[in-house]
Amino acid sequence: MPTHSGIIPAVWLSLSLAGGAAAGEGPNLGKPIDAADIAAWDISIQPDGTGLPPGAGKAADGARIYAEKCAQCHGPDGKGGVAGVTASPLVGGGPITDISASMKTIANFWPYSTTLFDYIRRAMPWQQPRTLANDEVYALTAYILAQNKLIGDNDTINAQTLPKVTMPNHDGFIVRFPDAM
Amino acid sequence: MGNSNQRRRRTNSSSIEAVAGNGLLDRRMLLGHGVILAGAASAAPLGSLTGAAAEPPAETLTEAPWSLEPGAVIQPYQLPSRFEKDVVRTVSNPSGQPSASAAKTPHHLLTGTITPNGLHFVVVYGGVPDIDPDKHRLVIHGLVRRPLVFTLDALARYPMVTRMTFLECGGNSTLLFSPQPLQQNVQVLSFWESKVYAQILPNGKAYQFYLLQEVKSYITQPSPGLTLKEPGLYEISGIAYSGAGRITKVMVSADGGRSWAEAALQEPVLSKAFTRFRMPWRWDGGAAILQSRAWDELGNVQPTRAEFVAKRGELKTVPPVAAFPNQHFNAVTSWAIDSTGGVKHAYA
Repeated sequence: MPTHSGIIPAVWLSLSLAGGAAAGEGPNLGKPIDAADIAAWDISIQPDGTGLPPGAGKAADGARIYAEKCAQCHGPDGKGGVAGVTASPLVGGGPITDISASMKTIANFWPYSTTLFDYIRRAMPWQQPRTLANDEVYALTAYILAQNKLIGDNDTINAQTLPKVTMPNHDGFIVRFPDAM
Repeated sequence: MGNSNQRRRRTNSSSIEAVAGNGLLDRRMLLGHGVILAGAASAAPLGSLTGAAAEPPAETLTEAPWSLEPGAVIQPYQLPSRFEKDVVRTVSNPSGQPSASAAKTPHHLLTGTITPNGLHFVVVYGGVPDIDPDKHRLVIHGLVRRPLVFTLDALARYPMVTRMTFLECGGNSTLLFSPQPLQQNVQVLSFWESKVYAQILPNGKAYQFYLLQEVKSYITQPSPGLTLKEPGLYEISGIAYSGAGRITKVMVSADGGRSWAEAALQEPVLSKAFTRFRMPWRWDGGAAILQSRAWDELGNVQPTRAEFVAKRGELKTVPPVAAFPNQHFNAVTSWAIDSTGGVKHAYA
């Protein structure tokens, strides 16, 4: 029989952390935090776009920012290949038909367009994450999507339009252990 | 129990039983300590069970210099002996280029089930972070009625558990998706890096949210990076683990999977933790292909390479060593021993 020794304390912990009335007395050492205080720190974007901030950008603006802050690692056209750097290509990638696909890219693999905004804002540029303004992140998102022919060159990307961009590989996933979901 | 006493007497009084092809010996030989090892010594020119060559008897023993002078001062945090300088990780990005960095555990040089902290596998995508625990915060928010923020000091006052567990990167063994066996040591062939938690399948679809590390084992002694110095008695040893629970059985083959025998499992055998298996083996100096295969308590069986490839596919071309073309490889691994005692990665 599998043991459940790790599960019992975890359940106990989660109930007591949440302050549930049904749980036993816990130390109650968590401090309540306001939604406004969380918002200042929480930068997660959900697949459906929940959490996207105000702001907007177009591919042309993104191209200028890209040349200045991104091309040195990702290459002038977003296709990677910079010597000594393993930064992923951002543009291109043929369809994935078997496991020999040379590269998983934004265009051939990512299921959600909204991940682009989250990833760029959270982690880029590599040497200076969190230095881009939201408008700059939207512009870079628009540039990468346009370079991949997933939107038009003049489309505006913002909190309303970005979630509506359907990625080519959106339906390319299956759940390994469906019973566990 | 009378039954086991009988069995022990029989094992003890006879020469060591061969239990499978190419020199695999009964695992019970490892359990009886001195008595049975003495029997082994009479049955074979015993080098040692750790694989060292038998020493020539002519060596003159002298008092060691270290015993004739004061030793070093004890340090507050002791570091390994200078003689351990080669037991280190292989780092992928020593000059800190703007890309991912990984450090891979030298499993062929470790013989237990606990990985020393300094030898633990690491992968980082933006360098090693420098986190002040006094300033670190855990926020629980989202699907809760009352969002809360915790300091680490506060968390430390909640009930705790300590456990031994394995931690395997999803990209471990990714080079074994190659259509040809790549020649790297077990350190490079095993712990590698993972990029995404979604693995492409032969039909072009991908597993999403595939986090469970399935039942797996591999032999660490001998393995590529080590050599056998002479024919004789050795202990085959390796690690087995499963993200689903306890390891219940490990079978070992020395003839490329034609015949198998059950290895001894070293206690403790813990759920979701490295389990060390051991198998006595008399190497006759000829070619051999060593394999291990593990079972877990939920009935999961480590797949053979053929079974795994049929389900998960194989690359069309040999990938570069620095590539990580796929994840979650858990098939049987083969080490080919040649007549010089060299150990190479093989497919069998």
